[in-house]
Amino acid sequence: MNRIQQLFKKPGGKLIPYVTAGYPSLNLTTKLVLAMEKGGADMIELGLPFSDPLADGPVIQASSQVALKNGVNTQWVLEQVEIIRKSSQIPITLMGYINPILKYGYNKFFFDCQQVGVDGIIAPDLPIEEAKDFVLLSKSNNISPILLVAPNTPNDRIRTISQMAGDLVYCVAILGVTGEKLSKEATLVKYLSRVRENSNTPFIVGFGIKTHQDVERINRLSDGAVVGTSFVEKLRDSNHPEKTVLKYVKELKGVK
Amino acid sequence: MENPIKTYTLPDEKGHFEIFGGQYVPETLIPALSELKELYNTLKQDGAFTEELSQILKSYAGRPTPLTYANRISEELGFHVYLKREDLAHTGAHKINNVLGQILLAKRMGEKRIIAETGAGQHGVATATAAAKFGFPCTIYMGTEDIERQKLNVFRMELLGAEVIPVSSGSCTLKDAINEAIRDWITNVETTYYLIGSVVGPHPYPMIVRDFQSIIGKETKIQFKDITNGDQAPDTIVACVGGGSNAIGIFHTFLSDNVRLVGVEAAGKGLKTDKHAASITKGSFGVLHGSASFILQSEDGQITLPHSISAGLDYPGVGPEHSYLKSIGRVEYASATDDESISAYIWLSEKEGILPALESAHALSFLRSPDNGIHSGENVVICLSGRGDKDVQTVAEFLGRDI
Ligand SMILES: Cc1ncc(COP(=O)(O)O)c(C=O)c1O
Repeated sequence: MNRIQQLFKKPGGKLIPYVTAGYPSLNLTTKLVLAMEKGGADMIELGLPFSDPLADGPVIQASSQVALKNGVNTQWVLEQVEIIRKSSQIPITLMGYINPILKYGYNKFFFDCQQVGVDGIIAPDLPIEEAKDFVLLSKSNNISPILLVAPNTPNDRIRTISQMAGDLVYCVAILGVTGEKLSKEATLVKYLSRVRENSNTPFIVGFGIKTHQDVERINRLSDGAVVGTSFVEKLRDSNHPEKTVLKYVKELKGVK
Repeated sequence: MENPIKTYTLPDEKGHFEIFGGQYVPETLIPALSELKELYNTLKQDGAFTEELSQILKSYAGRPTPLTYANRISEELGFHVYLKREDLAHTGAHKINNVLGQILLAKRMGEKRIIAETGAGQHGVATATAAAKFGFPCTIYMGTEDIERQKLNVFRMELLGAEVIPVSSGSCTLKDAINEAIRDWITNVETTYYLIGSVVGPHPYPMIVRDFQSIIGKETKIQFKDITNGDQAPDTIVACVGGGSNAIGIFHTFLSDNVRLVGVEAAGKGLKTDKHAASITKGSFGVLHGSASFILQSEDGQITLPHSISAGLDYPGVGPEHSYLKSIGRVEYASATDDESISAYIWLSEKEGILPALESAHALSFLRSPDNGIHSGENVVICLSGRGDKDVQTVAEFLGRDI
C-alpha cells in the first residue's frame, strides 16, 4: 500500500497544501514541505512547473515562470522528493501538465517517481480519453493516478473516472482556473453530493479554497481540501517563507 | 513515390490521426467538446445547414474566390503558377471560411458569446466580423507583441465591435493568446463558444476547421479543370503552414490524388538559429493546446519561443493532421526565412500587382528556391491565403523606411 492509500483509509477530511516546486527559490522547496508537515498538513501537492499552464490563474502561472527561471525541471523535482523522504513519510503527489512528463518518458517517469517516494500524480490536462497508458504505468509502479472530475462532469462519467483512478479522485471545485472564487454553498453541496453518490473512491477538492471556513465546508462534503493559490500568494509576499507556511497551515486547520 | 493514401477517413472517433491529435484538456472542457462533436456530426449531414453555409459563403464572403494565372512570374520561373485568391475573400484571408462555419454552429448551440485568439489579427478580424453579422458579443485575445505589429487589424476589430484583450504572458504572441482564450473558455464554458482559428486545439476542432477550410481545395480542383480545359489536377500545390488551416484547406481534397503537396513553415532568422517557427521541420512530438503534434520544446518539455516576422506563422506548434501527413510522407514540408518572405512579398507586388500577406509570401518564396524540385512546364498552385495590407508597416520597418 502506498502512503496515499494508507492516508485515505483513515476517516476525516484532510488538508493538502500545494506549492510550485522551486518557488520562490530552489533551496526552499524541501524546507517548505517539511514546514507544512510540521504545521499539520496531511499530504503535499508539489507542482511541476510548465511554461503554458492553461488550467492555472495568474498567481500560479507567475510562480511557474519563476520556478522555470530558477532552472527547475522534472529531474530536479524528483531529487527534492528524495531529499524529503530522508526525514518525512508525508504522502506526496506531483501535479504536472502532461508535456514535460511525456518528454521525460512515461516509463522512466513512473519508475523514478516510485524510486524517490512519490505517491500520486495529477495531470490536469489529461482526461480519461488520453489516460490509459498513464494510469496503467502509474499503478504498476504503485503510484496513485489521481484523475479529475469537474462540476459539469456527468454522473456516469464520474463513475468511470473513479473506477479508472482506483485510489483517489480530484474534484475541481469550480468552472474556472486556479485562483478564482469558490462557488456558493448550495452549488457545492449539490455537486459534491453527486460525486459522493457516484464515486467509489475517496475524493479531494481544490480550486478557490482559501480560509479555515472554506476547508471545513469542503471537508464536510469530501475527503480533503487542497489549498494552492493562497499558499503561493502568501509565499510571494513573505520574508519568512517557512514560518509563513507553518502558520498558514495551522490557521487553515483551525489550530492555535 | 507512390501515394500512401488511398481512401482517407481520419481522424478516428476520438480525434486521433494515429499518435497525433486527441483531447488533452482539463475535464471541464470535455462536455463542451462532446456536445460540439455531436452537433457537428449531425449538422454536416444536414442539407439545410450546409445550404445555409454555402449561401453565406457566396453572398457575404464572396466565394468562390478566383484562381488567377500569374503570367509574369510564370514566365520568369519557367513553370505555370496559379494563385488561389483567398486574399479576395471578405476580410482579406481564408480565415472567414472557418469562422462562418463555426459561427453557425455557435448559433445552433445557443451560445451567448464568442471568444477567439488571434496572431496576425486576420482570424480576429474575421471572427469580429461574423460576430457583428450574427449579433454576438465578441472577445478577442491577442499577444501584446502581435498588437504592436498588427495595429491596423486591432483597430479593425474594435471598429467591428469586438473587445481586444492584450495578453502579456510568455512570448506575448499567438501561443499565449490561445492559453488565455482557453482559460476564459474553462471559466465561461456554459455560455461561451470558443471559435478557434486554425486546425489546432483539441478534437473536434482540427477536424471541423479542416472541413470548413476544405472549400479552398474543392474550388481549386474545379477551377483548375476549367482553366486548363480538363487537365487532371495541378502537379504541385504549395501553402504556408502556421497552425495549418489554409494548407489543409487546399490539400485535403487532393490527398488521394497524384499531386505533390508542399507546406512551407516559417524559418524566421534561419533553421540553424533558435529563432524560427518550423515546428514540423525542427520540432519533436509533444502536447500543446489540447492535441499531440510536433512542437518546439526544450529538453525538459517546456514550450520554447518561436520567431517569425509573420505573426500568423509565429506559433510553436502545428495542427496534428500535418504531423500525421508528414509522418506518413504524404506532404513535404519546407521553410522560408523572414528575408526570403519579404523579398517574395515585394516580388509578387511588383510583378503581379498583388500584395500578399507575409504568411502567404512564405509559400511564394518556395517557388524561387533553387532546390524546390519543380520541373519546367509544371502546373503549380499557390494558396494565396491572405492579402498584405496588414503587413505594410512591418515590411516598411524591415526595409528601414519611414511611412
Ligand atoms: C493570411 C494568413 N495566412 C496564413 C495564416 C496561418 O494560419 P494557417 O496556417 O492556419 O493557415 C494566417 C494566420 O493568421 C493568415 O492570416
